[in-house]
Amino acid sequence: MSLAETPDVSRNSARLMLMLLLAPALLWLLGLIVLPHLELGILSLRHRVAPRVYEPSLAQFATFIDEPLYWHTFVRTALMSIVATAITLLMAFPIAWTIAKIARGRVKSMMFVMCLIPFWVSETVRTLGWMILLRESGVLPALLVGLGVTPAPIEMLYHDATILVGLVYTSMLFMVIPLISALESLDDSLIEAAYDLGGNGWSILRQIVIPHAAPGIVAGCIVVFMLTLGNYLTPTLLGGKNSQWFTEQIYTQFITRFNWEQGAAFGFLLLGLSTAIVWAGLKLSGQKFGEVMQRS
Amino acid sequence: MVSTLPAAPAKLVAQPDLRATRVAKHYGAFRAVDDLSLEVARGSFFSILGPSGCGKTTLLRMIAGFLEADSGDILIGGKPMNGVPPNKRPVNMVFQHLALFPMMNVGDNVGYGLARRGVAKDEIKRRVGNMLERVSLSGAQNKRVDQLSGGQKQRVAIARSLVLEPTLLLLDEPLGALDLKLREHMKIELKQLQAAFGTTFVYITHDQSEALVLSDHVAVMNQGKFEQVGTPQQLYYEPQTPFVAGFVGANNRMAGRATSVLGEQVSVTTAKGLVIPARAIGKLAQGDAVEAFVRPEVARLVQDAAVLADAGLPSYSARVESLLFDGANSAVLLQEAVTQTEFRIALPQTGEFAHLSVGQAVTFGFDPQRVVCFAAGTSSNAHVFS
Repeated sequence: MSLAETPDVSRNSARLMLMLLLAPALLWLLGLIVLPHLELGILSLRHRVAPRVYEPSLAQFATFIDEPLYWHTFVRTALMSIVATAITLLMAFPIAWTIAKIARGRVKSMMFVMCLIPFWVSETVRTLGWMILLRESGVLPALLVGLGVTPAPIEMLYHDATILVGLVYTSMLFMVIPLISALESLDDSLIEAAYDLGGNGWSILRQIVIPHAAPGIVAGCIVVFMLTLGNYLTPTLLGGKNSQWFTEQIYTQFITRFNWEQGAAFGFLLLGLSTAIVWAGLKLSGQKFGEVMQRS
Repeated sequence: MVSTLPAAPAKLVAQPDLRATRVAKHYGAFRAVDDLSLEVARGSFFSILGPSGCGKTTLLRMIAGFLEADSGDILIGGKPMNGVPPNKRPVNMVFQHLALFPMMNVGDNVGYGLARRGVAKDEIKRRVGNMLERVSLSGAQNKRVDQLSGGQKQRVAIARSLVLEPTLLLLDEPLGALDLKLREHMKIELKQLQAAFGTTFVYITHDQSEALVLSDHVAVMNQGKFEQVGTPQQLYYEPQTPFVAGFVGANNRMAGRATSVLGEQVSVTTAKGLVIPARAIGKLAQGDAVEAFVRPEVARLVQDAAVLADAGLPSYSARVESLLFDGANSAVLLQEAVTQTEFRIALPQTGEFAHLSVGQAVTFGFDPQRVVCFAAGTSSNAHVFS
């Protein structure tokens, strides 16, 4: 081997190495994301005219618009997800602040582990736990009767509030983690300086803390919003028949109605919805997607 | 802005801008600040100098209001500050790493405090413009903080505080993060800014050169207490404790016993048998364990011992151990011929000793009046050459 060839060889082997390292991720992307979506895209744009006879059509999307139940569910899912994300943010912020700025040493890691522990149990079991607590014959209604707050046990399941409780609980960790990393990088002396210059708690939060933590806040909100919007289990179990979650409509079309064309169209509508809302959120908060994703 | 500037500093002391009486802060058994009292005259530049861990930051944070004193009173501009939070005190602080707000531009940084006080937007704009002009940063309002150089950031941090016209400006080692060249430059700039604004500055540092160059008065702090408070000249020439002698400026420390005491005149004999005549600070008796301090520039190198003898000064023969060339601060490390005691002596800049070489025999001596001697053990320190 001559000396002149060496850099070429090493460059080639480096490229090969890179390809090998990327291969699992690329295969995963191609096999599980790109190909199914292509297939679903084709499915959603055809219409069955006779058994095993299809023709290209926008009929599935027309059904979505014509049938109020579908788009009501669609809008409701979006609004509920936004509300759930907002509640998660409001609840996670003080927790993240405590872990990042107030707790020290062992207390800090203890608190972090306490946020993590619920995730050792599967989502199904956690949701069933909520059901045990909240159903009419459950723990909480019995407690309320025992305390004399209500004369008879009340059904606490199958309300919108119940769905929100479940969604917020499930999403909390995904909001807390990016918030902690955003808040930990905030230099305490900035807060002290603002305080020294006459700032108070609220103005410091608004002018110093939130602008600094904005990428973390947006990252957490994106993750939580997407998880919530695409959640099937929690709204179905906690909301019952009243849940009207859009993922349920998709499930129904694919599994119950065996109408894959309609289900595929709904899938794309949900994808479009989450993309549009995330984009709007980024625009409103003035953040850039790349920067935000580095923080999460 | 002009209205609140005190006309003449230092001398017209109607009432000190800062008065602390028996202030203390303990952490368990550790006395971070131990019954300290101090007064800072209006318009003066006051430094608190001490090694890290001496409690100076704790003291500063108590003045700023970030820490509450366990006991004692702090009065700022004549008003007691007990229980007053930092955002309500007429005090502003320049932080160690400046703590400029990276999410705001320069103008918003400087205008932050005014906006918090509810000053009208036009007025903020005008005052920020004036202030930036005074710190030679006119028109920098729209720059981002990370576009500024180290020195410019420093000036923005000071402007941000001074625009609020505080009674007192606290500075927490603001030059610590700068490189040497810029630090030298900023020292001069700080002194000029203080003179121009006339605001009372309280500056804490572990760098004795910063304290000496900048201050009207310096308090040397050690283990939660002030060792000595005085002008830089007093600290340097008339140290009152061995700690001050060791910490302020470079010194050769010689431990030994007082073998003869005659009024102020003491003869110190070291363990190795070297006899040093010195001037006693405080009461000493014959046989006391003592420490004598000989400044490198107090000792004189001569070619001929007769020069010293003629002047009535003691003389010692020595051998050059090493040459420490550092431009104007060059020194030579000597070993005294009889006792092998090491001495660091400033190299005269006259060129007379430009060709000194290692191993060469020389003679040195000093004026006993300028060698100070203390009873040993009043405070321990390792700062022989600090």
